[in-house]
Amino acid sequence: MKVSIKVNGVQYEKDVEPRTLLAYFLREDCGLTGTHVGCDTSSCGCCVVVMDGDRAVKACTMFAAQADGHEILTVEGLAQGGALHPLQQAFWDQHGLQCGYCTPGMLMTSYALLKHKPNPSDGEIREELAGNLCRCTGYNNIVKAVRQAAETLQAAPATK
Amino acid sequence: MSTDTTIKGSLGVPMKRKEDPRFIQGKGNYVDDLSFPGMLYMALVRSPYPHAEIAGIDISEAMKVPGVVAVITGKDLEAAGLGWLPTFHGLDKQMVLAIGKVLFQYQEVAAVFAESRGAAADGAEAVQVDYNPLPVVADPFTSKKDEVLLRPDREAKTNHIYHWEVGDRDRTDQALQASEKRIRQRMWFPRCHPAPLEPCGCVAQFDKMGRLHFHVTSQAPHVYRTAVSLVTGIPEDKIHVISPDIGGGFGNKVPVYPGYVCAIVGALKIGRPVKWIESRTENLTSTGFARDYHMDVEIGAKADGTVTALKVSTTADHGAFDAAADPSKYPAGMFGIVTGSYTFPTAHAEVDAFFTNKAPGGIAYRCSFRVTEASFAIERGMDILADELGMDPVELRRKNFVKKEQFPFPSVLGFTYDSGDYHKTLEVALEKIGYQALLKEQAEKRAKGELMGIGISTFTEVVGAGPSKHFDILGIKMFDSAEIRIHPTGSGIVRTGAKSQGQGHETTWAQIVAEELGLDPQNILVEEGDTDTAPYGLGTYASRSTPTAGAALAMAARRVRERARKIAAHLLEVGEGDVEWKDYKFQVKGVPAKSVTMKEVAFAAYTNMGQNEPGLEATQYYDPPNMTFPHGAYIAVVDVDRDTGEVKVRRFLAVDDCGTIINPMIVEGQVHGGLTEGFAIAFMQEIQYDKDGNNLNTNFTDYLVPTSLETPHWETAHTVTPSPHHPIGAKGVGESPNVGSPAAFVNAVVDALSPLGVRHIEMPVTRDKVWRAIRDAEAKKGQS
Amino acid sequence: MIPAAFDYRRAGSADDAFAQLQKLGGDARVLAGGQSLIPAMRFRLARPSVLVDINGVAELDYITMNGALTLGAIARDSAVERASWIGERGWSLIHDVSRVVADPVVRQMGTVVGSLCHNDPSGDWPAVALAARAEMVVRGKDGQRTVPIDQFLVDSFTTAVQEGEMALAVRFPAPDDRTAGSYQKVERKVGDYATAAAAVQVSLNADGTVRGAGIALSSAGPCAVRVTDAEALLKGQTPTADLIRAAGEAAAKQSDPQADLRGSVEYKKNLAGVLVSRGLRQALARLGVQS
Ligand SMILES: Cc1cc2nc3c(=O)[nH]c(=O)nc-3n(C[C@H](O)[C@H](O)[C@H](O)COP(=O)(O)OP(=O)(O)OC[C@H]3O[C@@H](n4cnc5c(N)ncnc54)[C@H](O)[C@@H]3O)c2cc1C
Ligand code: FES
Ligand code: FES
Repeated sequence: MKVSIKVNGVQYEKDVEPRTLLAYFLREDCGLTGTHVGCDTSSCGCCVVVMDGDRAVKACTMFAAQADGHEILTVEGLAQGGALHPLQQAFWDQHGLQCGYCTPGMLMTSYALLKHKPNPSDGEIREELAGNLCRCTGYNNIVKAVRQAAETLQAAPATK
Repeated sequence: MSTDTTIKGSLGVPMKRKEDPRFIQGKGNYVDDLSFPGMLYMALVRSPYPHAEIAGIDISEAMKVPGVVAVITGKDLEAAGLGWLPTFHGLDKQMVLAIGKVLFQYQEVAAVFAESRGAAADGAEAVQVDYNPLPVVADPFTSKKDEVLLRPDREAKTNHIYHWEVGDRDRTDQALQASEKRIRQRMWFPRCHPAPLEPCGCVAQFDKMGRLHFHVTSQAPHVYRTAVSLVTGIPEDKIHVISPDIGGGFGNKVPVYPGYVCAIVGALKIGRPVKWIESRTENLTSTGFARDYHMDVEIGAKADGTVTALKVSTTADHGAFDAAADPSKYPAGMFGIVTGSYTFPTAHAEVDAFFTNKAPGGIAYRCSFRVTEASFAIERGMDILADELGMDPVELRRKNFVKKEQFPFPSVLGFTYDSGDYHKTLEVALEKIGYQALLKEQAEKRAKGELMGIGISTFTEVVGAGPSKHFDILGIKMFDSAEIRIHPTGSGIVRTGAKSQGQGHETTWAQIVAEELGLDPQNILVEEGDTDTAPYGLGTYASRSTPTAGAALAMAARRVRERARKIAAHLLEVGEGDVEWKDYKFQVKGVPAKSVTMKEVAFAAYTNMGQNEPGLEATQYYDPPNMTFPHGAYIAVVDVDRDTGEVKVRRFLAVDDCGTIINPMIVEGQVHGGLTEGFAIAFMQEIQYDKDGNNLNTNFTDYLVPTSLETPHWETAHTVTPSPHHPIGAKGVGESPNVGSPAAFVNAVVDALSPLGVRHIEMPVTRDKVWRAIRDAEAKKGQS
Repeated sequence: MIPAAFDYRRAGSADDAFAQLQKLGGDARVLAGGQSLIPAMRFRLARPSVLVDINGVAELDYITMNGALTLGAIARDSAVERASWIGERGWSLIHDVSRVVADPVVRQMGTVVGSLCHNDPSGDWPAVALAARAEMVVRGKDGQRTVPIDQFLVDSFTTAVQEGEMALAVRFPAPDDRTAGSYQKVERKVGDYATAAAAVQVSLNADGTVRGAGIALSSAGPCAVRVTDAEALLKGQTPTADLIRAAGEAAAKQSDPQADLRGSVEYKKNLAGVLVSRGLRQALARLGVQS
């Protein structure tokens, strides 16, 4: 079947099997391998992308067909004009990653989180990131990174 | 000459990681990101039975599935002489695809190659296998009876794999007999799995000249190259192993798995690249598990708490094949570290390993070969002894610690601990957590019937395998290596035989080299994982990178510096003996104004080297003279809910001593990560089998990885006791927190329940177990 | 893991979805949030030959509040969690549950109605719907009908939705200003189904006696369990500590869980009692009654 999905501002028109999962569509049909797959049960969050501006969704538990006509933002679309997004900068500054496998999903969940709660407490960050597993960092520094990004974004709301 | 004074030290600096820009932008390069023209996907057919005869395999329906290109079975591999794969420590071999029978649930039975992931899955589903179920042996104690022989293929007609022991049995037994106080406890360190977020996988590709390019999630790419050559008979020069970015390893990506061999065979047979990426279920059910040690721990002591003897007898469950990744001469790894941080006058440890109908493994999961099991045994045992003695566990530890002045300390079980200051580390921890205040609070809470616990663990680890006279894998000695090339403009490239999986080698290696050579770490490129370019090394696991490859690197850098000194002498127009390395540059002795920087020397090495050999590079292989012995003092504070059995870890402090710290930010991150895995092991993470041999934790809905919400906030601190034999004094840290923390958590829970008379609780400490322990203890109290 | 092949139909409207289901019969399944269905398909435990995707049906994506609360078939858990009225005390049961179903990202897709149609015995919404005395709006051959939740939840993974039918909405009756609730869940970690959970809804009379109570358990049987004994115990009574304990005991008694990796039967039964008591205390506290 034909699908037309705007990913990071670029329209992709592809012919796919209905069973094509959005995660594989992004990785294999669009060549955007930043979105990872770490489980088969919608548990780990490695695959999280943002749909229609502010909704974090697990791309492994959605068919590409369901995203037809929608806009998807992946980790590759975060940096603008060569400048890192404040979340990316913050994960780097705060050592919010080690192996990097969970990182794209963490960034995208955090992105949607900050759209809904621009100034979350540490507790709220921990709650909102609980759909994303990280095996390496122990989360301390991820929480710090999201806080830093929230502060940066609040100080300069133009850089979204 | 030079006035450049900008170069500052690079060691001990919390430098931001050089690898991060690619990861935060989705530009990492993991194995599943690779794609080649004509690439096929492989899917494996796996056994639903834990033990069964294979009466027949019918692939005809599978071959009809659109997109399926080929199917191979064990018979095909056996015919090609590829039926079996040697396990790493050389005591056993493992079936690639089942031959005649299956020995564990989810064992690999057939491989299907197809044009797409979907077609491969459809094909695997269509392969029909006829099984005749056989009696199942699901635990080592049943296995011990030898009523069902699991491995008739082996010469020895028994399920017993090996007996290993160390120490003086008779003396220890006597000392235990004679001891004034004595405790004995069975402890089971349950089976668990490293479960890195990126599953294992590979892409096998033969180029037009028939050379194999094998992209694989490997923590030890060189060992893979040798192993693949030994298994397939492909000459080693025709094999190129590339380990790209790895999404976490923790020991899981050390062994060579059957799927890899199948992918290579498929690529060779079909003449197209083959990708195989395991599913989470395949990861959890068939690749290297860890632990599964049933330990009987006995400690003897004088009435004043001085320990007199330690004895640990272990029954180990190794699963269907003995694929434990231990060094050849150490089938039970470094279990001899079980005397821990204490001066036992005598000790004895033994391990008996058995086959069962469970997945093979026994890998070093974020630990140096069975050190986690050993640390748990001793740290839990010391708390039980403290309870028996009615002594504060802190006091008991202080009393028996190896003292600072006793290092290098020869332990009764044969290790020589390099350095440490156990008393100091513990004092720092007690002070920082406010131990006295906590004790007071606990007493108040206990008076009100509330359950609060404080748990301590003061472990000693042994890492950095290891000296060649003792350690090898598949016969290959466990050295490591490094190569440095400095370019004319003062930047450089560094390669080692290690392989980062998140530890940040691209940063820390650059820091070591920059420190030794007075260069800018930002311009030192670190490349690992490519066997065509990197020098031979044994890889990254068992916290060995810093102790081995890191040491090799520092020494290689010093070699570069010696060569540079000659060129500096030429530039400074003095004799080599008149040149000294000071403040990160070469200067004429006593004449600081006359100096050259390494950058200037590098340029001269290619443009104006005088009589000296051109170029500026060095290679160093490093055979460590000893292991390193990081240690730490960990304290957990928990509150237990009587009604639900819920345990809340209110605080956790880790004070680590890992010797010289290369990058404190990275060290802290490693500690956070290791603690989180230790927390998971203590409270939720377990691979269970039912009595029929069915794996019950086959994906993340039941194999529980803690989220940000359950995970405690970690507090950390450090003491620094450098390793005397390591060139920069570093010891390695990646695994200490995982080794040391489980006992702290369990000790805290047991401490909370101790007023009720609870003395031990098995991991994982689930709410159900805690609740039942409370209920049973209360019932017992009611009776008495 | 890739699902078996299937046909995909996107419904343009509720009528369209219904028409497709009627036409396609038993092989077709509604695709709502997909958070239960898609993983099941990936493991090939579910293999529908056609999916009728209702995610694009705008008319089913609503939350209306006019006294009663009605959630359309595509109202997501996250939309409930973020709704403006959620802070009102009458909706405290709904508020509580909307924060503990699955995980925060799964909640962005998962739907309340989908969850009820799935009727997982360990699911959270079935128990909540029972306690709140919700009703389901089902579209069948003879048009729409309203099904009380007790009749809707038939058995494990089975509801009153027949082949070719679909659920359009769930409706929660309006609470008065002396009604509050609480959802108490013990889970092994975020993203886990309940080891045990209790949904509690209490309405008081002006004199402080209980006008009515809704009490239900998750993970306590083949289907969410209404604790009728506890409801009866409380009715008309002043809620004392003893009464609350007795209600808990009734819950423990009526709970009929299975032993699994989450816990033993005795533990789960104990939890049912503990959580019902806690839920009652919290609901009453929300009404300003300390017990
Ligand atoms: C990691 C994870 C953790 C979870 N944890 C929990 C938890 O703790 N508690 C909990 O309750 N749930 C949990 N869930 C399930 C989740 O909440 C699901 O979203 C929910 O149960 C189903 O809702 P859905 O909209 O995703 O339905 P779908 O998956 O789309 O559908 C589920 C079933 O209902 C049918 N269906 C859906 N809508 C209709 C309709 N309108 N008419 C007729 N049939 C319909 C479908 O055909 C399908 O058979 C979890 C899921 C995941 C992935
Ligand atoms: S890949 Fe694990 S949740 Fe999507
Ligand atoms: S950084 Fe490795 S899983 Fe998060």
